[in-house]
Amino acid sequence: MRRFLGFVRKEFFHIIRDRRTAAILFAMPILQLLLFGYAIRNEVTEVRTGILDLSHDVVTQELTDKLLASGTFIPSAILSSEQQIADAFASGRVNVVVVFGPRFAERMLHDQKAELQVVTDGSDPNVSRIVTGYAASVAGDYLRDKGYPSPGIVPLPVMMFNPGLKSVYLFVPGLMALLLMLVSAMMTSISITREKESGTMELLLVSSLRPIQVIVGKVVPYLTLSFINVITVVLMAMFIFGVPCRGSIVLLLLESLLFILTALSLGILISTITSSQQVAMMISLAGLLLPTVLLSGFIFPVTSMPWPLQLISNIIPARWYLVLVRGIMLKGAGLAELWKETLVLIAMTVLFMTVSVRKFSERLQ
Amino acid sequence: MSDALVTEGLLKRFGKVEALNGVAFSVRQGELFGIIGADGAGKTTLFRILATLLLPDEGRAEVLGFDTRASYRQIRTRVGYMPGRFSLYQDLSVAENLDFFATVFGTSVEKSYDLIRDIYVQLEPFKNRKAGQLSGGMKQKLALCCALVHRPELLLLDEPTTGVDAVSRDEFWQMLQRFRQLGITILVSTPYMDEASLCDRLAFLQLGKMLALDTPSGITNLFRKPLYAISADEKHRIVSALRSFQHTASAYAFGDSVHYTDLRDVPDEQELIAWLASKGISDVRITRIRPGIEDTFISLIEQEPAREQPHG
Repeated sequence: MRRFLGFVRKEFFHIIRDRRTAAILFAMPILQLLLFGYAIRNEVTEVRTGILDLSHDVVTQELTDKLLASGTFIPSAILSSEQQIADAFASGRVNVVVVFGPRFAERMLHDQKAELQVVTDGSDPNVSRIVTGYAASVAGDYLRDKGYPSPGIVPLPVMMFNPGLKSVYLFVPGLMALLLMLVSAMMTSISITREKESGTMELLLVSSLRPIQVIVGKVVPYLTLSFINVITVVLMAMFIFGVPCRGSIVLLLLESLLFILTALSLGILISTITSSQQVAMMISLAGLLLPTVLLSGFIFPVTSMPWPLQLISNIIPARWYLVLVRGIMLKGAGLAELWKETLVLIAMTVLFMTVSVRKFSERLQ
Repeated sequence: MSDALVTEGLLKRFGKVEALNGVAFSVRQGELFGIIGADGAGKTTLFRILATLLLPDEGRAEVLGFDTRASYRQIRTRVGYMPGRFSLYQDLSVAENLDFFATVFGTSVEKSYDLIRDIYVQLEPFKNRKAGQLSGGMKQKLALCCALVHRPELLLLDEPTTGVDAVSRDEFWQMLQRFRQLGITILVSTPYMDEASLCDRLAFLQLGKMLALDTPSGITNLFRKPLYAISADEKHRIVSALRSFQHTASAYAFGDSVHYTDLRDVPDEQELIAWLASKGISDVRITRIRPGIEDTFISLIEQEPAREQPHG
């Protein structure tokens, strides 16, 4: 045991001594969360709006007021003809122009159908889609309030008018998975291959430390480090971005520990089959990070992938972890609902660990 | 006296290259045994096999009475191994490295302090310095310290003095002599011939084969021909002049002079001087000298390919 503790202490020294890496490891979660939380958001605020009202009646007036009152649309131009639309866009005065067709209120009453056009800048499709959705949604609300039956515009129910929160809701679980994968798997695989490269592995082997001691000794420091990162991210998500944790926070932390272990055992597995830091890093990046970002459901929903990719996503630990975190934080689910995902992660961890200990060579290759 | 180390017909291949080819030798308990060989002779492979880090393809090795294949765990706790490349943690300090290796061997620096004290006092002023920032000599002393910290019965030192300045090399060998007096068996490899004479016995390793194994004086006795040191003011021209001389067996620069052997049993010194004079080299001094270890090594290597050729 004392030997083992000595080994763990040495590992901590390595981490602390390499100040640059340590700083990155601790600062990364904070930076990434801020980045995802503030910069990369899907909501649109302060859309410069131009109004082209060809009808000038009560309904269009009320709709305009309602649009501008939402806070999303900032009035910046009143247009008087369709010819001015292109100019307004070109000069950058507006991001969107809302066009009310002629005889709006009249057609609403008689045909139960009126034209409300939302003209957006197609070169920014993301913003366009969202702005259109907003406008339609505002219009829909208005029509429902006024008691018009079967409105001509179908409101999009996904827009909930809480900018700044919703994308963080989605990003936090994915971000946690990404960070844990990066820190746990990549850093351990690098730290073991570094010992192989520098020749210190030769000395570790002759020191008669058991493979399991070396492996667990490598796991413990990074487990601690990753756990600190989890806590940082969760706290920031809750207190800075107001993401709720509707389920048990203890369960969330336990599941995170489990996922860290999965990632660590993957890292060790990588290091047992490679002998250079560079190869270990390449495998970690290409083999772990990219699938974690692309195939886990972090950015693209798993259900919308073609079936071969859906199949592959099953073997990506982050996919299961994402279900767990979203379930606990956003849906308030407990172990009763999430035991299946938990079991999958446990099974993966046991498998990776067993293979690693078996493959860990007690001699030089 | 029993043997601390025995090998039989060790053979190790890396792809098509035979790094070791039938190495068989034994080291007695308490002996300071040297392995001499140029780069690529197979020294490191031999040490790794003895340290149980590599398995031989053929043959067997027994270290401290344990088989390297079956009982490697017993060997690992009893042997102090110092790899050829500096293999300590460069980002840990001197004291931290030493503490670490003491702990993983289940001991402490204090318990082994009497053994390593002489080296440690030299390291002490730098004890908080990172191992990566030490000088070459200091690194080797620290590595030796780490290899000794668990009181091994056998030290395996793979080229411990390569890349170390002359003064530090001397100090290092003095330490080895002291550990031998304490009863620790030492197997040490070196490319430096001058260090070989400090060993009790030594073996020449060349291209994976052992060419000779004897005490330093026994080794030099293998050199049968009379050896001459020839010096002149224009030393650099002597070698080429001698190589065109019909009776020359070998001629190579050695320190301040040129070492020369003749094809005949009794060379004619006057004829030699006359030949050199005809080549424009005057003021020649010829002295018969006792062959050194390096002379023997060079002659053994020169004989080796000749012996091999008939077999193809």
